[in-house]
Amino acid sequence: MANSGVDKSRRRFLIAATSVVGGAGTVALATPFLTSMSPSARALAAGAPVEYGLGKVEAGQQVRVKWRGKPVWVVNRTPEMVKGLASLNDRLKDPDSNILTQQPEYAKNLYRSRKEQYLVLVGICTHLGCSPSYRPEVAPADLGADWIGGWYCPCHGSRFDLAGRVYKNVPAGSNLEVPPYYFKDDSTIVIGLNDAKEAV
Amino acid sequence: MADRPAHNYKGFLGWVEDRFPMMETWNYHLAQYYAPKNFNFWYFFGSLAILVLVIQIVSGLFLAFNYKPDAAYAFASVEYIMRDVPGGWFIRYMHSTGASAFFIVVYLHMYRALIYGSYKGKRELIWLIGMAIYVVLMATAFMGYLLPWGQMSYWGAQVIINLFNTVPYVGNELSTWIRGDFVLGDATLNRFFALHFFLPALILPALVFVHIVALHAVGSNNPDGVEIKQGPKGNMWSPTAPTDGIPFHPYYTVKDIVGVAVFLFFFFAIVFFSPEMGGYFIEKPNFEPANALKTPLHIAPVWYFTPFYTVLRAVPDPWYGTLAMFSAIIVLFLLPWLDQNPIKSWRYRTLAHKANLIIFALVFIVLGWMGVETVTPVYKELGTRMTEIYFLFFIVIWVHSRPATVNYLLWFGLLLGLVVGIDLWRYNGEVKDEAHQILVQFIWPLAYLAITLLLPAFVSKWNMEKPVPDRVTD
Amino acid sequence: MKKLLAGIVLSTAALFSQVLLASGDTVPLDKANIDVHNQESVIRGAKYFVNYCMGCHSVAFSRYNRLAADTGLTDKQVQENLIFTSGKDGEMSKVGDNMVNAMRPDDVEEGFGAAPPDLSLTGRLRGGDWIYSYLKAFYVDPTRPMGVNNTVFPNVGMPHVLWELQGWQKLEKNCTPAAGGEQGKAAADGAHAEAPHCTEHLVNMKPGKISGPEYNQIVRDITAFLVYVSEPAQLHRKTIGIFVLLFMVLFGVVAYFLKKEYWKDVH
Repeated sequence: MANSGVDKSRRRFLIAATSVVGGAGTVALATPFLTSMSPSARALAAGAPVEYGLGKVEAGQQVRVKWRGKPVWVVNRTPEMVKGLASLNDRLKDPDSNILTQQPEYAKNLYRSRKEQYLVLVGICTHLGCSPSYRPEVAPADLGADWIGGWYCPCHGSRFDLAGRVYKNVPAGSNLEVPPYYFKDDSTIVIGLNDAKEAV
Repeated sequence: MADRPAHNYKGFLGWVEDRFPMMETWNYHLAQYYAPKNFNFWYFFGSLAILVLVIQIVSGLFLAFNYKPDAAYAFASVEYIMRDVPGGWFIRYMHSTGASAFFIVVYLHMYRALIYGSYKGKRELIWLIGMAIYVVLMATAFMGYLLPWGQMSYWGAQVIINLFNTVPYVGNELSTWIRGDFVLGDATLNRFFALHFFLPALILPALVFVHIVALHAVGSNNPDGVEIKQGPKGNMWSPTAPTDGIPFHPYYTVKDIVGVAVFLFFFFAIVFFSPEMGGYFIEKPNFEPANALKTPLHIAPVWYFTPFYTVLRAVPDPWYGTLAMFSAIIVLFLLPWLDQNPIKSWRYRTLAHKANLIIFALVFIVLGWMGVETVTPVYKELGTRMTEIYFLFFIVIWVHSRPATVNYLLWFGLLLGLVVGIDLWRYNGEVKDEAHQILVQFIWPLAYLAITLLLPAFVSKWNMEKPVPDRVTD
Repeated sequence: MKKLLAGIVLSTAALFSQVLLASGDTVPLDKANIDVHNQESVIRGAKYFVNYCMGCHSVAFSRYNRLAADTGLTDKQVQENLIFTSGKDGEMSKVGDNMVNAMRPDDVEEGFGAAPPDLSLTGRLRGGDWIYSYLKAFYVDPTRPMGVNNTVFPNVGMPHVLWELQGWQKLEKNCTPAAGGEQGKAAADGAHAEAPHCTEHLVNMKPGKISGPEYNQIVRDITAFLVYVSEPAQLHRKTIGIFVLLFMVLFGVVAYFLKKEYWKDVH
């Protein structure tokens, strides 16, 4: 095909050089396009820490707070609710919260919280992302006689206790996530930060 | 249906080739498409136009991820892209610069066809499809310009859409139908966004595809205007290919890559150092949100529309002005049938024809310049005179079709008579400024006709055609 | 051919040079001489802005933490020194919030005749020189509702917010030929010729708290902030551009050698 005077190795080298430089340029050019799809400054601003006054939560009640666009539950647990937690251990997948990604260090305890009374959870099922419903009542007809309160996911039937710990034999694999939070004072929590030092 | 040609591809390539004409297409359009070996600078702009189309589609897609086609949010969403979206400003400037780059490339591509007669020799359809691409491109750019929803977007679109108001009898209904409302508003913005996505993403690539299919069926023209397929056969790549042809790939692909590098250098220079380009690529009033109650003091279309805007303004009657503007585009479609000279390239045509083409380019530039200026009596008349020459060009190029036999003096008289007739009709001694300008600037059409029709009549050098070589030169 | 072209170009140029002189009847502006890369200047400008301007004007497209990141401040410094406004919910703005003032545009429109515009893009719309000149061009005019007028923006609805600093100026018409030169402390900004032999210029009638040059610096800082905020990307754009262009040269050179190598077959 080509004539005999062709310096093939020189051509191969130049093709390789052009491809490498051109490829690097294409990658460099693609970078801003792909990063443009990551969260914008607006999305990051919406992810800022949220303050919440606990005085608004009555005993036994759950409230939903929006943090990073996700539902975060704050539950004011009654002493009876707290008392029942220890009795469930052998019916749970991870009673001691050994999966460390699911809670900060200070929530790796029976109550999965900084204070026994107040539970803070990301309200998203660890199975496929639905938001489970709060079912604090004891022994309702649809959940069975041994139900002592917790969350039930309407999507695929996963069950969690009043510390967000997942039951055995349900689709969800791990406990509900505890977000970083701290008590600014006795009646105010800040969701999104581990302590006041991280605050602005 | 004919059998497909046999192939020797083995392995995966062979498996695919048995089921899909992949290498067949590659060979037909690239590796075994023999293009004349004498392409010059002007032949970069075809591949560059495809490059810019890709840039516009990709950057447009990523802008659409964050843009909101809603009158209440559009302006803010553009600023959101400029500030809050990571890398958003870069993507936006690529898109805004790309719009202008598209027209620069396409205008040069079209002018190439003009000087080398690339619409001749069974290439009329290539030209017509190309013109269709140009019209779709203009429509796309116009609709895209509304999307930032700034003052210039709003009032530019307002003026252009109101052109349809001038259509007799149905004008009002027509422009209302285009807007989808009685005023330019949310409905207009919404549909313009949809069309601005649909036209370039689906229609333009399809038109580009048939443009290239038609080109590769007939074969490329070249700066000499010689048909290489009619010349001798056989070259180092194939015994049956034209001797003066070389495979598009690798020879023109590697050459076009150099063109791409040079083009992108200037493109990125604008993107990073002067994205507003002194107010020509992004106009300053567009940094103010659209306000239906207040028109900016000075509004002008973006530069690539201004030549036609000047044609519009040159005719006092709005309806005839609109007609003139659209005629200025339509007449370009007719070029293959107006220029009947069998010689393609201007290299071998008369000096008068060369002068005609160069003056046409200058006139187009001056028309564009007049379109961004505020109207003064001098500019107004200059715009009118340039408009006259713009249209005269298409008659003169027809006259130049038969330089040996045509009666230049007759045509000079006829066309000058036409200009004088129009002058007499519009002359009004009471408006001193304008009347004075009509007299003074009569020099332009007079000089134009003298150069293109009198010179070849009296100076034989100006009417001499050179013999076209059998083979491409160089 | 060449003569012909030269003739066309020359006659065209001659005609247009006359024309160009006729146009351009705008107010001459002072050079602002700002530097958006001067972080101190931009920070000072931001402080003046939130103190003097943000009662009425927002820069709604900008976020406080973007300003922090671009000027080298920490979020905490911005929260403590620059945030005095509250958002729609009535709570103090956070660093991630847009720089919006609490004043509702409708309320303000009552008082000033027109809603104070958002100033996010004024730096691009009008340019730094305009902002700089405008802020120095207020003068006493009892015929106006606010008691002031402006030579750069005639019949403006805005009061002279910085009057305590600048003091008061008045517009003097001078009909002696060829008036010029500096007007001392009172900046002659925005003075423009109306008739061939008449000039209008601003003179100080009541000095402010600070000197003229000090006032100019404050206005320059505000201008620097507004020009910066009109396009935050301008801080990085050119630096990235230099690398991109260098890369394009490299790519062009490599591609050129490749082309030359292949085209040996043809030539």
